Amino acid sequence: HPCAAKSSGRGSTEYSRRYISYPDGFWDILEERRRTSDLSHALRTFNPQPYKGAPPCSSSELNRAVLESQFLRHVVKEVSAESGEPVEVVRDEASGLLEEMSQNLQLTFIRLLGFSLSKVFKRLFQKILINEEGLNRLQQAIPEHPVILMPNHRSYIDFLVLSYIMFTYDLPIPVIAAGIPLMSMKLIGEIFRRSGAFFIRRAIGDDKLYWALLSEYVRTIVRIGFAPVEFFVEGLRSRTLKSLPPKLGMMHMVLEPFLKGEVYDISLVPISISYDRVLEESLLAHELLGVPKPKETTRGLLKARKILEDDYGSMHVCFGEPLSVRGLAKGTVNRWQYNLVPRDLPAKPSEETLGFVSGVAHLVVRLQEKGMVLSPWSLIATVLLQNPLGMDLDALIQRTCWLRELVEGFGAVLHWTGQVPACEVVLSSLSRHHSVVRCEKGRVTLVEEAGASPATPEEGVFRRAAAVLMCASYRNQALHVFVRPALVATAITSPTVTDEDIFAHFQFLQDVFSNEFIFIPGTSHQDFEEGCSSLRKCGAVQVCDQQIRVTEEGKDTIFFLTAVLEPFIQTYQVTRDFEALSSDVQKNVLSGLVRMGGVTKLKK
Amino acid sequence: FSCSSSGVKPAVATGLVGTVQQQDIMKWNGWGYADSKFFFNKKGQGEFTGKRYRLSGLILPSLKDWFEGTFGANLQHKSPPSLNTSAVAPPSLNEAFVEELKSTGIPFSHDTEDRVFRAHGHCLHEIFSLRDGRVGRCPDMVVWPNCHNDVVKIVELACKHSVCLIPYGGGTSVSSALECPPEETRSIVSLDTSQMNRILWIDEKNLTAHVEAGIIGQDLERLLNESGYCTGHEPDSMEFSSLGGWVATRASGMKKNIYGNIEDLVVHIKMVTPRGVIEKSCQGPRMSTGPDIHHFILGSEGTLGVVTEVTLKIRPIPEYQKYGSVVFPNFQQGVACLREVAKQRCAPASIRLMDNEQFQFGHALKPQVSSIFTSFLDGLKKFYITKFKGFDPHHLCVATLLFEGDREKVLQHEKLVYDIAAKFGGLAAGEDNGQRGYMLTFVIAYLRDLGMEYYVIGESFETSVPWDRWVLDLCRNVKERIVRECKEKGVQFPPLSTCRVTQTYDAGACVYFYFAFNYRGLSDPVHVYEQVEHAAREEILANGGSLSHHHGVGKLRKEWMQETISSVGLGMLKSVKDYLDPNNIFGNRNLL
Repeated sequence: HPCAAKSSGRGSTEYSRRYISYPDGFWDILEERRRTSDLSHALRTFNPQPYKGAPPCSSSELNRAVLESQFLRHVVKEVSAESGEPVEVVRDEASGLLEEMSQNLQLTFIRLLGFSLSKVFKRLFQKILINEEGLNRLQQAIPEHPVILMPNHRSYIDFLVLSYIMFTYDLPIPVIAAGIPLMSMKLIGEIFRRSGAFFIRRAIGDDKLYWALLSEYVRTIVRIGFAPVEFFVEGLRSRTLKSLPPKLGMMHMVLEPFLKGEVYDISLVPISISYDRVLEESLLAHELLGVPKPKETTRGLLKARKILEDDYGSMHVCFGEPLSVRGLAKGTVNRWQYNLVPRDLPAKPSEETLGFVSGVAHLVVRLQEKGMVLSPWSLIATVLLQNPLGMDLDALIQRTCWLRELVEGFGAVLHWTGQVPACEVVLSSLSRHHSVVRCEKGRVTLVEEAGASPATPEEGVFRRAAAVLMCASYRNQALHVFVRPALVATAITSPTVTDEDIFAHFQFLQDVFSNEFIFIPGTSHQDFEEGCSSLRKCGAVQVCDQQIRVTEEGKDTIFFLTAVLEPFIQTYQVTRDFEALSSDVQKNVLSGLVRMGGVTKLKK
Repeated sequence: FSCSSSGVKPAVATGLVGTVQQQDIMKWNGWGYADSKFFFNKKGQGEFTGKRYRLSGLILPSLKDWFEGTFGANLQHKSPPSLNTSAVAPPSLNEAFVEELKSTGIPFSHDTEDRVFRAHGHCLHEIFSLRDGRVGRCPDMVVWPNCHNDVVKIVELACKHSVCLIPYGGGTSVSSALECPPEETRSIVSLDTSQMNRILWIDEKNLTAHVEAGIIGQDLERLLNESGYCTGHEPDSMEFSSLGGWVATRASGMKKNIYGNIEDLVVHIKMVTPRGVIEKSCQGPRMSTGPDIHHFILGSEGTLGVVTEVTLKIRPIPEYQKYGSVVFPNFQQGVACLREVAKQRCAPASIRLMDNEQFQFGHALKPQVSSIFTSFLDGLKKFYITKFKGFDPHHLCVATLLFEGDREKVLQHEKLVYDIAAKFGGLAAGEDNGQRGYMLTFVIAYLRDLGMEYYVIGESFETSVPWDRWVLDLCRNVKERIVRECKEKGVQFPPLSTCRVTQTYDAGACVYFYFAFNYRGLSDPVHVYEQVEHAAREEILANGGSLSHHHGVGKLRKEWMQETISSVGLGMLKSVKDYLDPNNIFGNRNLL
């Protein structure tokens, strides 16, 4: 048993508490890899228990079932009628598209991947920590109902690590919705495909045939329980390391088999993957500043080998409690609405269904946030960003410790247990993130990109911005902890807001920032309550007679929280700020303005 | 015609009816004939008493193991009924009504037994209360009209004196339709149609028969058989249910594939309502005269009036009957076969598909084999199916078939159906299995009474559902919902949750669910049962199933009527009720 292993072999408990300081219930899966043979791990008997009713089904059978489905035949006919192409041509096109899309899961490749990932992960990470309890729940859920794995998406490592964990724990390997750029990598694309990835084109738009294929493909997998489906509800990797507003297309496809009664229930498993340090950190910042993403190529990947020499600390994978879709739908969706149209025909989902899908997707993102394990570095980054000119190490340590207490009070899980002295934690974080910060002569400052001194002032700005954005993305990992109390703090300290208007102002801010931070639609009241109660618990405010008052000792906290939001507010007011240069912020500002009717969107 | 022209007239006294009444030969707190019941003998073997059924007097050696294994029940744990009829409240009589009724000479009674007997149908909660000696609101008196004119008189008097009338036919309702509304303050009179049980004429040229609506199904068939005819309408309850009841609930017969359901069989209906008598002026086989008024009557569940006389289509008795059965490797294959049979419109008189649990149950009711040879043959068959053909005994399921008609045609038909079945992996499994399947239909209702002796309660319910995948998905989802709800409600042993497809149509099928569980350890088993049945019905509706295929709505399923037929539809029905019965004389409060 892992718990037994945890305390054994390392001598005194004092010693192990100090060095194996996991948050409760997490367990390092690399620990065993460092002790036993990777080869026998990769070649061991793999016999996962599948979803109960699932007959074994090869990927070619799966493809045939999709192509021959009533739904697809119907859409092919429609497309043929609309385009004037003969049905056979459209069908061949569909078959080609499916060929491009489909996974080809093969155990041999899983083993190959298992072996190589063991090697890579041990180089990259000190530990890969997973919560055993969540994994046990997952194990119990799999034979019961079709399972959907829903991780957040911060790095290409995400889906590798999940399949790796599933393999290690004898759980069925998931099929994974991946972006098509990955496929174009020679060899690697094929390896991924055989490890269960299926590839989705970006910007499908209104390509009816493609949508039909994709949705029937996904639904068929869910319906027959072929394998757990894994997809990123945020749609793509978050370049800012902040949760992204969920995409609803895939979510709807996955839920439909339940809504139409084709399966009894579906389990959604939110999975939170947190990194001490993200492999792609500097690429991400550059992308945000408009430097095009380098094309994913195998050669590029090989070049990136030097990454292997750096220290990326630990990662946490937290498997959340499986959500029963049936339970979520109870009292929300009336499934009678599907009674009057044949299930196999395409039908536009009702408003009610769309609302449900959106609610579920947002809930999952929220649960992903709640399962995140914060690294001390996120706190340090938050503090540093509020002191852009740098600060003394002692002050940084002190402020970070203060912040630690605050976020723990807000209920966040921090990778900072045990009795490691704070200065040690801070220093080790700083050294791990040497590409972002530097500590010299007791003073900590942001690092700007090395190289010849900037040729133009513009380049100087660019370098500075890249450093700020990198730092900001680590702060972003912790933003979800602050955002509700911070919005309340901003609302109550806003000079023009009266007591009665606080909630309205809170709602207004939520609305403005709803692309920026994730709120479950229609839960403003709960969000407000949550924000207030967090503030009350940390003593920053008092609530009496329906009035919220900032306490004397809470002023600092309130100041800190409003400062967390400040860059966003300022950016949205389009004052000059480095973060305003981020294309992500610009996009979010624009969609916020469009939504609120400030500007309108014209088709090109 | 006149009332006294035929039949045996009950003695005109206050209720002392001189004929053999159903009531006298039937159980008062269980299903069916008093002489027929399951019990476990001293050796712990199952037995079925009486002489009425093929199973009667036989030893059923596997019943105990199935019963204990399926429900976790134990023969040591008995829950005997407490017989206590003294708990019935005295009748509240409308004196003026009684006085005038006396002068008409129509027999009536306010004897407690007569009243209690007509206070219930056969829902689980009704029978469970009776066994517990608990009786709710009862009719205050019972009247036995002898003919249509008697009914006219009774309805007139009821309107005049503001008395609530509840028509009573065979008493086999499973929708709480016969329950007296507890909030009813008027005197409630149960109008028992059992004396209106004559065939008034048979028209051999048009092949119709004009029959009084109180006739019981098996009597109707027997009497018609004597003249060489049949209606072919055989609901599972036909031993006890009445013609009027079939009309009032839109009944369905097992052999509807040949003869049609009740709405296809009726040519003419006469109904007495508070507004007057409703009937058509001719017996044309089809009319285009606005909405068919028969369809207001069919399924009206006693809320509009009393059906008194019905003209039905009849057919010559078929020359040849043959049972059959097919074993399928699993339920999916079986459903696919039934769908194909329906598609080709070649369904035999009856075709039914039991799931695996019911197949196992059927085995539990196999009588003791008389010879070593038969048991050897059985073993061989089992070996052939499970070992040679590779069927998993925990997945295989059985379709039972009944063919009727000319001998030659039957044999052709049989071949056609078996050929289709073979395409879906079906293996012919003999006539005997088929016949036993249909016999089970009649005795299965008796089994509930046995269960209740040992802390097991259960019930069946039905729905109709379109083909595509709904049939399969609905069956799986409803069965699973039942199991999960039971667990959630604290039922300690997994319930029996099983289904069968009992009718096929062009566009769908009728599905029957059986659900039973061991209630030891539950303080209010009936409430748990009702919650689970409610959840199961919600699941049916969410999966595209109907509120009812043939049991009707009654009071049990009323809450879903508006969603089922839309509020405008409900308004339509209400306005008909308001016109026909503005003072709610027919106050059983079913349906609306």
